[in-house]
Amino acid sequence: MSAVTYLEAIGQAIREEMLRDEAVFLLGEDVGTYGGAFKVSAGLLEEFGPERVIDTPMAEAAIIGSAVGAALMGMRPIAEMQFIDFITCGFDQIINMASKMYWRSGMPVPMVIRGPSGGGVKGGPFHSASPEAWFFHAPGIKVVVPSTAYDAKGLLKAAIRENNPVLYLEHKLLYRLPELREELPPEDYIVPIGKAILRRKGEDMTMLTYGAMVHQCLKAAHVLEQEHDVQVEVIDLRSLAPLDKETILESVKHTNKVLIVHEDTLTGGIGAELAAILAEDLFEYLDGPITRVAAPDVPFPYAPALEAAYLPNEEKILTAARKLAAY
Amino acid sequence: MRLERADLLQIYYVMRLTRAMEDRTRMLFLQGKVVGGVYTAQGHEATTVGAAWTLADSDFIVPQHRDLGMHLTRGTSPRAVMCQWLARGNSPSLGFDGQLHIGDIHHGIVPSISMLGESLPVACGVALTMKMRKHSTIVMAPCGDGATSTGPFHEALNFASVQKLPIVFLIENNGYAYSTPTFQEFAIANLSERAVAYGILGESVDGNDLLKVIETVGRAVEQVRGGKGPALIECKTFRVRGHSEADKADYVPAALREEWLVKDPIPRFEDYLTREHILTPDIKAEIEEQVKAVVEDAVNFAEQSPAPDPSTVADYLFAPDGPVAIIGEPESHDPRYINALDRRTGKTFNSVTETGKPAFVATEEVGRR
Repeated sequence: MSAVTYLEAIGQAIREEMLRDEAVFLLGEDVGTYGGAFKVSAGLLEEFGPERVIDTPMAEAAIIGSAVGAALMGMRPIAEMQFIDFITCGFDQIINMASKMYWRSGMPVPMVIRGPSGGGVKGGPFHSASPEAWFFHAPGIKVVVPSTAYDAKGLLKAAIRENNPVLYLEHKLLYRLPELREELPPEDYIVPIGKAILRRKGEDMTMLTYGAMVHQCLKAAHVLEQEHDVQVEVIDLRSLAPLDKETILESVKHTNKVLIVHEDTLTGGIGAELAAILAEDLFEYLDGPITRVAAPDVPFPYAPALEAAYLPNEEKILTAARKLAAY
Repeated sequence: MRLERADLLQIYYVMRLTRAMEDRTRMLFLQGKVVGGVYTAQGHEATTVGAAWTLADSDFIVPQHRDLGMHLTRGTSPRAVMCQWLARGNSPSLGFDGQLHIGDIHHGIVPSISMLGESLPVACGVALTMKMRKHSTIVMAPCGDGATSTGPFHEALNFASVQKLPIVFLIENNGYAYSTPTFQEFAIANLSERAVAYGILGESVDGNDLLKVIETVGRAVEQVRGGKGPALIECKTFRVRGHSEADKADYVPAALREEWLVKDPIPRFEDYLTREHILTPDIKAEIEEQVKAVVEDAVNFAEQSPAPDPSTVADYLFAPDGPVAIIGEPESHDPRYINALDRRTGKTFNSVTETGKPAFVATEEVGRR
């Protein structure tokens, strides 16, 4: 068995779930013949046929709305957004249709919306979105963000088996990153929704992060240990809605300092909610200001120099962490 | 589609029940008993009841806010409807939502939302499932003239035509999108002309003529069931009242309203039934009596029903884990499936009466006359 990429892990999850459960199907733009814009679904059309791997017109409301209808019928659709930026074209289907359905009717909507999110690939303002905060704010939808190949597969399987709408945000920068290749267990496994994971143990500071920023935080944590003897605990949230409050609070209770890092813009982001939770629940445990590292409150820029200036990275994390460590 | 005498009386009964339910809802609104806005469809009854009549029991509808006639034809309980208007704790939405935003997937009814047009892509997903799972059922997806201006309307028609989905799209063109007249909504004479662009069957029909509606929609249903892809039928009708009861609709020219009041679908159908000696004064009286009794029962039931328990305000956001049945397939009612029961209450879904379609049953004596 060879090591697989983050992207291959996603493809494996879809394929294995389609083999396991005939209610599972994939629909989206160019997912069939072309195998998806990033080739996530390469080979699935050949294996499962055009009825279960559906090339749709360029119509996100039709894609997501059809997924809602099929899910009401008891199917388990996976609706792909070619780039997650395009999810705005189907926003109403998620916010008003899918996420309120069970609550107001008692009818479950077991569906997954997934697609490539995040920047760092010179995608510019319309191919680099991190839309998690919009949906994090919406009751009735779960939001997950894998950062490793193992989690990419396990979280997607859990999302497909979930009886509620799940937004699964895969980070396109991680798709083929050689250092993320890993051997995955041959047996069936899931990564449960709602469980964060400790990526690195430490005593002096907690970094709360998710997605591609997990890897920037781990690099920064290594430097902090080498250069300043600061032991950083890195928590990969994995699931944003619901949040694993228990793991978050437990960590900050013993490190007493917290740095929140996300690629999305600062204001009203996931970090804002995390900061509020920590301020409310752990006020007496905090030895320094709850600190956030995030993108500035502007749209995602195109030019390489601007993109580099926009994205949080190891250096920006280090600057903030050093300041926090000094308290 | 062949209509027996009993069918015609049943249709007339449901049309009358629809009108009476709405008249009574309006009264409850004026009495301050309805919690929110009231949206009615006086004048639509031939379209809503007639179109729904053409379906088989196992088919699906994706009704909108003015489709009480469709709901009642398909078996939605008048009690459930009144509980919705009065925001009762035992309403199908448990008081979380109002209006006709109710349904029961096991009875082929998909609940709608207030964003009109958005249900049409959902109808595509229901039909896509039927196609994938090789069911012989079809979907009827109505919308108003207003919704035809939305993106989802066009996305749904296009996707359905490409995928040859078994859907009858039904436009209830009632002349106004709230206060906006059709000439400010679209620049064509008949909305069924939209069908040409999607390469599907399109027909317009007098939506106030019950028999014409059944004939035209019935033909479309037959074609769609035959696997030829979707159809688009425009029923031309008129919204006699305002957009909601808060709207006086004084923007509607008096002459236009008068013109349509003359074409009221219920007296028109009544004239036909009388001419054909199907509806006698005695049967009519009996129908009126039964309509009154059903409406009274629904109102009394709703008024005696409890308000929702405020402590449930943060409940029922997510469905529990467990197996989910594919609707319309064997054992999909087996309680082991999460979607076989309303898991919020642990009971069966309650928007549809246990007996299914409301039936007018003439007494034998009257029936013989």
